[in-house]
Amino acid sequence: MFKFLINPSRFNKFADIILKPLIIITSFTLILGLFLIYFSPLDYQQGLTVKIMYIHVPSAWLALLTYAIMAIYSIIGLSFKIPFSFVVNKAIAPIGAVFTLLCLISGSMWGKPMWGAWWVWDARLTSVAILFIIYLLIIFLNQTFENRDVREKTIAIFILIGSINLPIIKFSVDWWNTLHQPASVSKLSSPSIDISMLQPLLIMTVAFSLIGIIIAILRIKAEILIRKKYL
Amino acid sequence: MSLRFQRLILILLTLIMLGAALLLILFNTKQNIVFFYTPSELLENNIAPDKKLRIGGYVKKSSFVKKSLNNYEFKITDNTNDIVIFYKGMLPDLFREEQGIVVEGLIDKNNNIVASKVYAKHDENYMPASIKKELEKNNQWKKNYK
Repeated sequence: MFKFLINPSRFNKFADIILKPLIIITSFTLILGLFLIYFSPLDYQQGLTVKIMYIHVPSAWLALLTYAIMAIYSIIGLSFKIPFSFVVNKAIAPIGAVFTLLCLISGSMWGKPMWGAWWVWDARLTSVAILFIIYLLIIFLNQTFENRDVREKTIAIFILIGSINLPIIKFSVDWWNTLHQPASVSKLSSPSIDISMLQPLLIMTVAFSLIGIIIAILRIKAEILIRKKYL
Repeated sequence: MSLRFQRLILILLTLIMLGAALLLILFNTKQNIVFFYTPSELLENNIAPDKKLRIGGYVKKSSFVKKSLNNYEFKITDNTNDIVIFYKGMLPDLFREEQGIVVEGLIDKNNNIVASKVYAKHDENYMPASIKKELEKNNQWKKNYK
């Protein structure tokens, strides 16, 4: 059933069926999300600036999620020799890089009015900056090595080594004193964010994920075509 | 066991070892990674004067003195020890008494800090302003969110 996740021709068939409905659902979710953001209440402490959260948090989550997907595909690709994994790795690395950059820029714009600084070198901010550099290195590695097998394996190993950064990003706010506040939504007790603000946040997360999936589908399809041409 | 599962186990083991090694390094260099010390940590460690450092804690209640425009004196507390801060400059919007903040500056001989920067730290609670008003009206505010 989930063969389309590892088989290029199944993926193409699946993509052709799902792409159009997906675009409609995505635009609907995005419009709904923006609508809810507009009517979401102001924060008791931060006032209007809290609305940066609805861009900042989804892009941060998706930056991590994209990397996690790449890491899983790298493990599958290296151990089970599935070439489609490397197609996905190449296709979605720039998407993750863009989400990371979005997270850094929006966070910077949030930090200036709230903390009083565009940037500080605390553990959370530094580890996310490292994630961005890792993404750039993966994109650059795609331009190296004439031999495709060598290149794909090198990139997959590099992605796996870089994946150690993911738990560091997630738990940096708990392990060390940071200026960045700890997690609000993904903690064991109930989320410390009011339901009227949680709703637009989750809908924006769905919208961002769907946009990411659409771009990923288009990029993977293009990458499959390129490889067929040169095989 | 087939070759592919041997490879899978090899990859996973390598990752776990690498992760463990990195975590050991990170936890043993904790002093260099933390963004700020608490007042108690500062007093325990007896840091030499004229060293640049960052201290985090809450602004102590009724310790804030405005000497003149953009010239302030206040205390930072972690509910055990207090540190006196002198600061000339603009304060961030979120600065107020009992708010969590981080100051960056030089420590003098009497363990006071002459700050060059003040950052406001905000917590992980998000709540509409109208609900805060409602809570205050019913005297529930400090109980739940302090």
